[in-house]
Amino acid sequence: MTDQPKIRIRDLRKSFGRKVVLDGLDLDIGVAESVVVIGGSGTGKSVLLKCILGLMEPDSGVIEIDGRNVVGLPRAERETYMRKFGMLFQGGALFDSLPVWENVAFGLIQAQRMDKRRAREIAVAKLAQVGLGEDVSRLSPSELSGGMQKRVALARAIAAEPEIIFFDEPTTGLDPIMADVINDLIIKCVQELGASALSITHDMASARKIAHRVAMLYQGRIIWAGPVSDIDDSGNPYVDQFIHGRAEGPIQMAVRRD
Amino acid sequence: MNPLASIGSTFLGFLGAVGHLAVFAGTAVGHCVRPPVYPRLIGRQLLEIGYYSLPVVGLTTLFSGMVLALQSYTGFARFSAESAVATVVVLSMTRELAPVLAGLMVAGRVGAAMAAEIGTMRVTEQIDALTTLSTNPFKYLIAPRLIAGTISLPILVLIGDIIGVFGGYVVGVYKLDFNAGNYIQSTVQYLERMDVISGLVKAGVFGFIVSLMGCYHGYRSRGGAQGVGAATTNAVVTASIMILIANYVITELFFAR
Repeated sequence: MTDQPKIRIRDLRKSFGRKVVLDGLDLDIGVAESVVVIGGSGTGKSVLLKCILGLMEPDSGVIEIDGRNVVGLPRAERETYMRKFGMLFQGGALFDSLPVWENVAFGLIQAQRMDKRRAREIAVAKLAQVGLGEDVSRLSPSELSGGMQKRVALARAIAAEPEIIFFDEPTTGLDPIMADVINDLIIKCVQELGASALSITHDMASARKIAHRVAMLYQGRIIWAGPVSDIDDSGNPYVDQFIHGRAEGPIQMAVRRD
Repeated sequence: MNPLASIGSTFLGFLGAVGHLAVFAGTAVGHCVRPPVYPRLIGRQLLEIGYYSLPVVGLTTLFSGMVLALQSYTGFARFSAESAVATVVVLSMTRELAPVLAGLMVAGRVGAAMAAEIGTMRVTEQIDALTTLSTNPFKYLIAPRLIAGTISLPILVLIGDIIGVFGGYVVGVYKLDFNAGNYIQSTVQYLERMDVISGLVKAGVFGFIVSLMGCYHGYRSRGGAQGVGAATTNAVVTASIMILIANYVITELFFAR
């Protein structure tokens, strides 16, 4: 059973009206493997994440988690799978009505019905793991800088010790140094948990650092996937154009959204 | 475009919206009656919807009661029926004015705030974050607001009834020179239990409508600050219109005999 991937996606399709976003996507994520999906803006990276998380229902296809297809499962059953997931949202998505520690402890208190005092201890420990002191735990999220919000969001994503963690553009909107700090934290947290990780990003520095394997999403399919060490000689003109950030090449940027 | 086609597509759009709202309301009510419930969150919403609306509802009903006494006096004096002023004040307040005015004020105050809060949570992905933390947003965000809205508006209206009648009393006794004892006696003399109860039932329905529209428009808002702004406006406008329609329907049910 060890070669069974943690997540196995086959022929995933999703359209919005006439616009096809995912067009038969295949992807595997192994146990304790970190996969980074790269691709331009609007290529459906976020839609892919939302389909796996169950925030969106795909039109067709298979998403297996630990060998069980979760597409079309009733909501209650789906929620038991959600407990295996942790998610770091692009904007942090911290609850601004709650102090930092309650944000981190939210899943423990609400979903696991943990005692508040114990949940708080865990929250403070998780905050320490991402380099934030206890004084921060009492602040409100709006009092924090962007980088600190990302760290709190990371602490919240790992608080319930998930088996799979999703990162949605973890370094977007941060300065290069803070971005690197977040990258290091992601590597550390994922390793400590022994979790599988799926990240989506267009920040190549981040992708090279946190990925074991890189997959390139273009026009609704994975057009190339391979170990991060192979990315510079992938032999794929699309990948080459993307990682070097050239305007000229096979990928033509759509100027207008349609 | 063909005018018939545009009428048709508008009508279909309307039916679609009604369907969305019905499904949303059904899901939300389902989560209100099934455990787990969050007593702490309901308590916070009761405070927000009920307690903090007291000044607004109190002032509105006080001045409505006062102006009602003044106006009905001018009218009734023309055919020497001044003694009916107290009865007119108490019946209009309990049956109509207190529930409708409180409903509209709360729609403006609370419905807008709900739509803005939930709408902001939607566009900043906080609602998605709730789901990833194994918490159902209907249970955590919407059910407490619906329950608190339905409970707190009748209480507000009962208080508003009393304040409104008191407003009429003050004008009647201190400005129009009614005898205080007579005024109070004719206030209670023709008042039936049904007058008050129908007003409270209306209030419960209005409270539900305000919370439902606030949550619905917030939950479905899209596209950043502009989307949240539109959601807020829509929540207040649709809640107000639905309150006025529901008001007629409930009155018809109670008093059409």
